[in-house]
This record gives sequence, C-alpha cells and structure tokens, in this order.
Amino acid sequence: MKKDVKINIHHITRVEGHGNVVIDIKKGLIKELKLEIVESPRFFEAMLRGRKYDEAQHIMSRICGICAVSHTSASLKAIEDAMSIKISRQATLLRKLAFHGEMLQSHILHLYFLVLPDFFRVGSIVPLAETQPDAVRRGLRLKKLANEICYTIAGRHIHPIALFPGGIAYTPKESELRTLRKRLEDSFEDLEATLVLFKTFKTPEYSEKREYLSLKEGGEYAFYDGDMASSLRYSAKPKNYRKIIKESIVPHSTAKHTRTTPPSPLSKSGDKRGVYMVGALARICNNFNQLSRKAKKAAEELALTPLSCNPFMNNAAQLVESFHCTEDAIKLIDKLLSNGLKKEELTPPSPLFKKRGGGTGVGIVEAPRGILFHEYTINKDGIVTDANCIIPTAQNLKMIEEDLRGFVPTILNKSKDEIVRNIETLVRAYDPCISCSTHIMNVRFV
Amino acid sequence: MKNRHKPKVAFFSFTCCEGCQLQVLSCEDELPDVLSLVDIVNFREAIDEKRDDYDIAFIEGSISRQHEINEIKKIREKAKVVVALGACSATGGLNCLKNRFPMEEVQRVVYGDKAKKYKHLDTIPARPIDAVIPVDYYIHGCPITKSEFLYVLKSLLLGKKPEIPNYPVCVDCKMEGNICVFEKGMTCVGPVTRAGCSAICVTYGCICWGCRGLIDNPNLEAHEETLKRYGLTTEGVLRSFDLYGGWRSR
Repeated sequence: MKKDVKINIHHITRVEGHGNVVIDIKKGLIKELKLEIVESPRFFEAMLRGRKYDEAQHIMSRICGICAVSHTSASLKAIEDAMSIKISRQATLLRKLAFHGEMLQSHILHLYFLVLPDFFRVGSIVPLAETQPDAVRRGLRLKKLANEICYTIAGRHIHPIALFPGGIAYTPKESELRTLRKRLEDSFEDLEATLVLFKTFKTPEYSEKREYLSLKEGGEYAFYDGDMASSLRYSAKPKNYRKIIKESIVPHSTAKHTRTTPPSPLSKSGDKRGVYMVGALARICNNFNQLSRKAKKAAEELALTPLSCNPFMNNAAQLVESFHCTEDAIKLIDKLLSNGLKKEELTPPSPLFKKRGGGTGVGIVEAPRGILFHEYTINKDGIVTDANCIIPTAQNLKMIEEDLRGFVPTILNKSKDEIVRNIETLVRAYDPCISCSTHIMNVRFV
Repeated sequence: MKNRHKPKVAFFSFTCCEGCQLQVLSCEDELPDVLSLVDIVNFREAIDEKRDDYDIAFIEGSISRQHEINEIKKIREKAKVVVALGACSATGGLNCLKNRFPMEEVQRVVYGDKAKKYKHLDTIPARPIDAVIPVDYYIHGCPITKSEFLYVLKSLLLGKKPEIPNYPVCVDCKMEGNICVFEKGMTCVGPVTRAGCSAICVTYGCICWGCRGLIDNPNLEAHEETLKRYGLTTEGVLRSFDLYGGWRSR
C-alpha cells in the first residue's frame, strides 16, 4: 500500500506521563518515526545531593507514583549495599510482600483502566461503568486489595512509609496478615473472571525477535533480588550493570535512551544496536519455569509461552504475573505467620562503613515495567554524594520505536483513525511510565 | 444519561510523579459515585477525552519549565475554580530541592556537558503554581490523602468553602496515640507542619518530613532551637526545613 500518512499524536492518553508519537509516511515508506518524550525533567540527582542517606529512599520514591515501592526498594538496597547493612529475614519477607502489592496494583490499573477501554473501543473506563459494570467493579475490587497489601505493610502504596534503611519501621499485626491472606484467597475468583474476559480479546498479530533483559534468581521468580540475565544467554552481577547498559541523549526525548553491550563472545549473536525489552513479558520469557502453578495455567490459556515475541502479549504477561503475585503473597504470609511476627529494631550502618570512609552500593529490582537500577555513593558522614538511576520505561523507548517501525507498515491499509488507535494500543501495551523515565540520572558530584 | 448540569472537572499534571492523580484513582469505593456527580472532561492519565470547558481544575505538579507557565495561565483563564493538588503544586514540594544549585549545573550533572546543546532539557527553578497563577484552594500532602480530596470535592459541589486544618501535625499525632519521635531519639518537623494527615508517617514508624507545608504562623526559631537541643547541627536543621520547604526558604 503506497500511501502518504502523517501521524501526530499529541500527549498520548492513558499512559503515565507526557509523550507524543510522530510518524511521517511517504509512498508507503517511513520517512520519520519517533516517540517524543516531553515530560519535564526533574533532576533527582540535584535533589539527592547533600542529603542524608536515610532521606534518599524518601526522596527517590517520589520519582514515580505508580512504582513508588519499586523505587523505594531499589533505593534501600543501594543504601544498604553501600553501608553494609544486613536486614532481617522478617524484613525481607515483608518487603517482598509489599512488592507484590505494588506489582498487582500496577498491573490491574493498567489492564482495567488503561487497556480494557481499547478492547471495548471506548475512550476510558467511564463509559464502561455503565456498559460493563461487573468488570469495572471487579477491577476496582482487585486494585483495592492490591493497595491494601501496601497499606498493611508500609502505611500506603503511593510513597510507602515503613520501608526504611535497615529493615521495616513498622510491624503489622498477625491478625491483619490473616485478613489479607483470606482476601487474597478470595481474589482468585476475580482473577479467573479477568482471565475469561481477556481471553475473549484478540491480540494483534505481530512478532519480532528481541532481547529480553530481567533479573534472575536461583530460588524464585525474581522481583526483589537476583542477577541481571538476558534472553541472549549472558548474565551479570548487579555491581557490573554499567558494563552491560549504556545510556545516551537523543534530541526528541527528555529521557535518555539505553542499549545493551553484551560481553564480547556473545556480541556476534546479539543485536548490534543493543535494542532490548524489559517488563512483564521479558520476565516471563526469561523465568517462565519459576512461575507459580496458577500463573502457568493462566499463561497456557492465554497462549503465552517463553518464546513469545509479540509486544502486545505484555498485557497477557501482566495478567499471568497477577496470578503469580497473589499466590506468592499467600506463601509469604504463611511463612511470616509460621515464624511469628516479632517487633524488630532497624539495623544501623555497619561500623566498617565509617572505617572504610564511605562506600558505593547498587540496588536492582524488577519494577512493574521492568528492571530498575539505583546506585549511590555515600560519604563517611552518611551524605549522598553520587547517584545513578536507570528506569525501565527509558530502556523500552528504543524498543517501542523499533516495534512501531515494524508494525505500522502492516496496518497501512486501515483508515487513519484505525492506524492511530493501533499505534496507541501498541505504545500502551508497554505500559510506559513516562514521568518516571525522565528522572534518569548519571552524575558525579564535586 | 448525560446530565447537563453536572459540573465539569479537569485534572492537569505538571512537573511531578503523578502520584496525586493516582490517589484520586485509588478512591476505589467512591469513584462510581464521583463519576455520577461530575463530568470529567480532562484526565490524560485515565481518559482519552480532552475538552477545554471545565468548571473546576485540579492541578498537580510544580512549574519548572518556561512553556508550563503559558499552559497553566491558559488553564486559569478557563477554569472557574483552581485547586492545587498535592505538595508539588501547593508548595513546590521536593522539586524545589534542585533550586539549591544553578540550573546550568543541575542540567550538566544529569545529562552531561552536551546538555546545553539541547533546548528540550532546559529548566527553570521549580515553583508552586501560586507563584504563577492565583489559586482558590489547596489540597496538601505528598501524596494527598483520599479523604481530603473527597472532602474538598464535596465542599465545592455543595458550594461551601473547604476548611483545611491550620494546626500542627503534633495534634494529629496525639490523637493517634503515637509516642513522640523526640522521645524515641529522633527529630521531626511536625510541630511546625500543617496537620490533616493523621500523622501517618509517625504511626508507621518514621518521622514527620513536613510534606504538608508550614502552618500559617509557625514558630520556626523556637523549633530550630529545639532541633539543636536534640543534637541537630545547623546543616541538619536546614535539611529538615528545606526537604519540602525549598521554595519558601528562598
């Protein structure tokens, strides 16, 4: 189809943050294609500069309202790595539980509030409240439960309070955990209904081979801990992340772009441009075998396999992970209850830290949208002097452009409105968190 | 079902984490009722529709770029009522921490020496929205509380003036039955910070960080002395005051 199409989507809706899509097609060929990121940069490094280490997680949580627990967790891990702080087993379990709360809240928000309207071809969840009241109520119920996990552990989801350097500053009551456990058990009914609903929707056919990057851990499906692992079969320890990921500024984005530079023996088989994808689909493709029983069953029903190369399947991947997080949250609660909850003090920085004259630490977690890096240098007085952050959505920006480049030519026979709708659906499948992605930092203070 | 007389409400977002908009979406129990009472005509994060005829504009985020000044002025012209939604908008919030350094330096440390070449990375000192336009009402906090948002919305729909607390967080903290953080060997800025949060940060084992901004007549000098008496250095006191007070302390 040799036609001319000019597309300019200003402030794409139902995504977090401000982005535009600009595509210029002449005689069926793409002349120009970019995902412009116009979100205002916030300069978090300048905010961190000169602040005390135990303010860092509080400040860095504010990078993002949707993935506040992820930023807080990555921040805490970086601080604790730098200052040689070892937290208790109970604190780790509680943090992992809060993490599941955020993962569920983010995935459900995306699936019900942002994606569902596309399937019913309406502009938002508002008209669905009248036409699909059961689905909307169900989405709200699931989202509320996810939020309540975070309320119980950390006081709230958006900018969690009790997640603090050295552990957890608040101990929930065993009765609260029992209530939560019961509600999580009950929520499988809603998740099953969600699965039935999403199974009826047709996922666009589009597949391109890609590199997936995520965390990987021996013992469990990795969210909170692990090493970096690529679908191109190389891995790296957290402290070596800068050797794998390179950042650069591009003129059409206030978020830096990134690429992978796999270790040399592999670079031949790898994508030379280093374009890669992070997020739920990447995690599932890299760690499929570690998914919970119900999650694997959901994957089977949604025809999601570890070999999937269709970015639209990211929505299915989020739903599969929702099953996993719910099942694993129940397991975590059981562990906490069988160990018995104790009131614990926060672990202070190790005396070694002061003796060493300060230190640098790296914290990596899987945020809902993918692998997230925080790195800080803290001086002997406990003041942050250096920081670096790499955000999931920024890592996906090049991949989104690459997918648009591959996908748009296959839909040129549609009307312009349809083309725009399809483009938005593709961008939305990545669940981009743009306000997050512009807060990338790479800085050395003097 | 469209009701002609439903007030039209718009949500706008400037420099921030969009967490306050998300708090609105977290009113899971109340959202269906809210939607039956108002028409939401602009809420980029959740709906496609974008219309310019609105009665009430909720604005989150600080102003930190030149073009945002023009955009927010247009919103003010169109809206009958403007409500600042959350700390970034109401007091400048954490964003103002960057104002402690020259803007060129801030830009260079994030994006490197080439940053100057790129116009799209330009930035101005972050400021609350009332540094640019008149604001009718304020919802404080980082993030806002759901209950205060619903209270302010309800008041506006009833044509009443919302009353926002003008007493310190200490009052909330006592009501919650918390042990004072000063008794636990920590310090906080609760005695000069506006209440209305149920002192949730202290309840969950931390301190008051001051996100709701100062009460109208804070005794800052007395509190500075208290903080020093509890072992804070002058820099420590400054840090406590400017975490959320960067714009004010200019």
